Amino acid sequence: MTGTTFDNPLRDPQDRRLPQIAGPCGLVIFGVTGDLSRKKLMPAIYDLANRGLLPPGFSLVGFARRDWADQDFAQIVHDSVKEHSRTAFREEVWQQLSEGFRFVPGDFSDDVAFDALRQTILDLDKVRGTGGNHAFYLSIPPRFFADVIGQLKEHGLASPGEDSWRRVVVEKPFGSNLETARELNAIISEVFPPESVFRIDHYLGKETVQNILAMRFANAMFEPIWNSNYVDHVQITMAEDIGIGGRAGYYDAIGAARDVIQNHLLQLMALIAMEEPTSFDAKHLRIEKQKVLESVVLPRRLDLSTARGQYTEGWAGGVKVPGYTQEEDIPDDSATETFAAIKLNIESRRWANVPFYIRAGKRLGRRVTEVAVVFKRAPHLPFSDTAVEELTENALVIRVQPDEGITIRFGSKVPGPTMEIRDVSMDFAYGGSFTESSPEAYERLILDVLLGEPPLFPRHEEVELSWKILDPIVEYWARHGRPDTYPSGTWGPESAVKMLARDGRVWRRP
Amino acid sequence: MTQPGMMELTDTSSSAIAAEFLRARRRAGSPAMGMVMTLVFVVDEEDAEDAMDTARAASREHPARVLGLILGNPRGPAQVDAQVGIGSGWTGETALIRLSGEVTKHPESVVLPLLLPDSPVVVWWPTRAPADPADDPLGKLAKRRITDAAAVPRSKSKAMFTQCRNYAPGNTDLAWTRITGWRALLAAALDQNPAKVLSASVTAERISPSADLLSAWLADRLKIEVTRKSSDGPGITDVVMETKEGRISLVRYDGKLATLSATGQPDRPVALKLREMPELLAEELRRLDPDDIYAATVKKMVRMHHANPTAEGS
Repeated sequence: MTGTTFDNPLRDPQDRRLPQIAGPCGLVIFGVTGDLSRKKLMPAIYDLANRGLLPPGFSLVGFARRDWADQDFAQIVHDSVKEHSRTAFREEVWQQLSEGFRFVPGDFSDDVAFDALRQTILDLDKVRGTGGNHAFYLSIPPRFFADVIGQLKEHGLASPGEDSWRRVVVEKPFGSNLETARELNAIISEVFPPESVFRIDHYLGKETVQNILAMRFANAMFEPIWNSNYVDHVQITMAEDIGIGGRAGYYDAIGAARDVIQNHLLQLMALIAMEEPTSFDAKHLRIEKQKVLESVVLPRRLDLSTARGQYTEGWAGGVKVPGYTQEEDIPDDSATETFAAIKLNIESRRWANVPFYIRAGKRLGRRVTEVAVVFKRAPHLPFSDTAVEELTENALVIRVQPDEGITIRFGSKVPGPTMEIRDVSMDFAYGGSFTESSPEAYERLILDVLLGEPPLFPRHEEVELSWKILDPIVEYWARHGRPDTYPSGTWGPESAVKMLARDGRVWRRP
Repeated sequence: MTQPGMMELTDTSSSAIAAEFLRARRRAGSPAMGMVMTLVFVVDEEDAEDAMDTARAASREHPARVLGLILGNPRGPAQVDAQVGIGSGWTGETALIRLSGEVTKHPESVVLPLLLPDSPVVVWWPTRAPADPADDPLGKLAKRRITDAAAVPRSKSKAMFTQCRNYAPGNTDLAWTRITGWRALLAAALDQNPAKVLSASVTAERISPSADLLSAWLADRLKIEVTRKSSDGPGITDVVMETKEGRISLVRYDGKLATLSATGQPDRPVALKLREMPELLAEELRRLDPDDIYAATVKKMVRMHHANPTAEGS
């Protein structure tokens, strides 16, 4: 960026109070009327401004097919900020921020609108001093990517001038299989170089997920047992208690496995399983994550090592809820899975014979995302069988959400005259021990986009590798029958229980 | 001023206070501790409530055992009274401890048994502070010693200068914390307008330890003379840097919204508000290692003072 030879004397690596403030820049959001934009992006931008992390003159341009003026757009942002922002609403912050709001109405195929967008950006460079630095946030369905990116290129919006940058931000899904992921990447990479493409997987912006790296590599006590000598297996769970809500069209074409396992859960698995990176910069992290994804092998018998299900009508948390096929806009004969469980092996010395069980689903018992590392039993127990009847395996559980934290489960003596050992757990609550309201993942990620810091964004290679893992499973399912069913509000179909029982294991109740 | 859930202990001792902490946690249903530090503050009776509120708010971000010490009349028989309780709604614990009689000369003996095992200790003097905090019996227990030159009743500039002269690693003053936002924006402004700075000026209320520190910081980092000018405030109002390429200025007249201007560029508004005490204290608690930049700045301030003794310390 600017000043490659100039060493700013006011900066010093020792001066860690000084926050990194992004250089002058602006953000253009396509699809500003969407849910994500209103509930997450706009509040995150306000929160960043409130924390003093946005550059002076930061500008936000909305682009959508709406007949709005700049003020109408500002009103929408105002409402969403008031309702969803994490930090307190302060008039002066709002005033500073809202002066940089612009709205460009138009269609993605509308040349006039993109001309107007170009003009708007040039104006902002002049009036607000955004310095030609702009990020384009595509908060739109992937089928429009080609249009928008083509337009950006055509109108000269994608190529930065000297000493400035243009970046593009895309949200999951990154394709729906290997082939479409490659197509999507071809569209983007034709116009933007890899280092200017930021794929947002908001899970990677969560404090707890980043804490996995701190916990593993900053401590002495976990890493020595973090291998097949001590670990029996790993369970990664992402459960939602809600149904598909208003996303019928999207969800029915995708299903649980492609919706969250391909991105969130395989990324989580990579962080849990990877070797120590040489450093925590983007390149070295990616190398290690990639190595894990490359060494994943699927079990030979997919019928015995995967399970899928569809929720049926039932009582979830005291509320009567409809089954999946009764949801609006879902065909009666839909074979889309709302629950998916798979078993993966990682072929490396560290993880030989340690299966990773991954499950995700809707309308499950409660909302929880966690990683449970389950250890082998002690090789010898100098107690009678009755004493350890209630003792299970030791486990270390990383709770990603909600109630972020870490739990360690181990055996302890029950007070009393007899020797009886039972599981107890020791708890570290992230919320309790540090900040009560840690920054939202989107704050961190948007800031990183503006700063141009890519460590938390998956690169295209990782996306392709995870599709290579998932594609055979989804294809196998498509060829073989229909998903099993499970009543809403339970922990998934019977087949998932059997899948672990075959290996002599049980799912944890998260 | 007893709050609900607080236990009043009269003529008590450290071990009774520690026992009450444990009882309170058991009563709340969880004997587990999620606290990351012990925060001790020392105040007069009239400032005790405010200080406790600030400490409580700051410890939402850093759950702490908060020990407030009120040093009362040193005459008469030694007595320790305390109000002890655990936070409802957050994981901290608080004790407001009143000392009177001879024990006021030995507050460290009361505090030592109440420090949480292993975790860091921070001592904060919300108003009057010892001239040499690192040599203070309580200060010696701490990893971090926080003073506030702007909060002493009289001679604020002198108080700041005293803290500068007696700097020891681990010391810090909230006057320094107050200028983090200014420093961040000035550094960012220079990132964006990379050029050698030839001179600079800082304008603020006539008495402003923060402005003195900001001047010293700029002088130290930029190796230039910095002019200190007076205005009606609030706090710092203008910082101007003259560079080879033109002028960079950051002005804030209302204590809320600042404007960043640079030659050849449009003026840019930026939020830069005077921050509240809990926010300042929370920033201080975020990093507990010695602040090397502060150390260099206070050293510079002492040198500037010797070169021109009338400019500060009056």
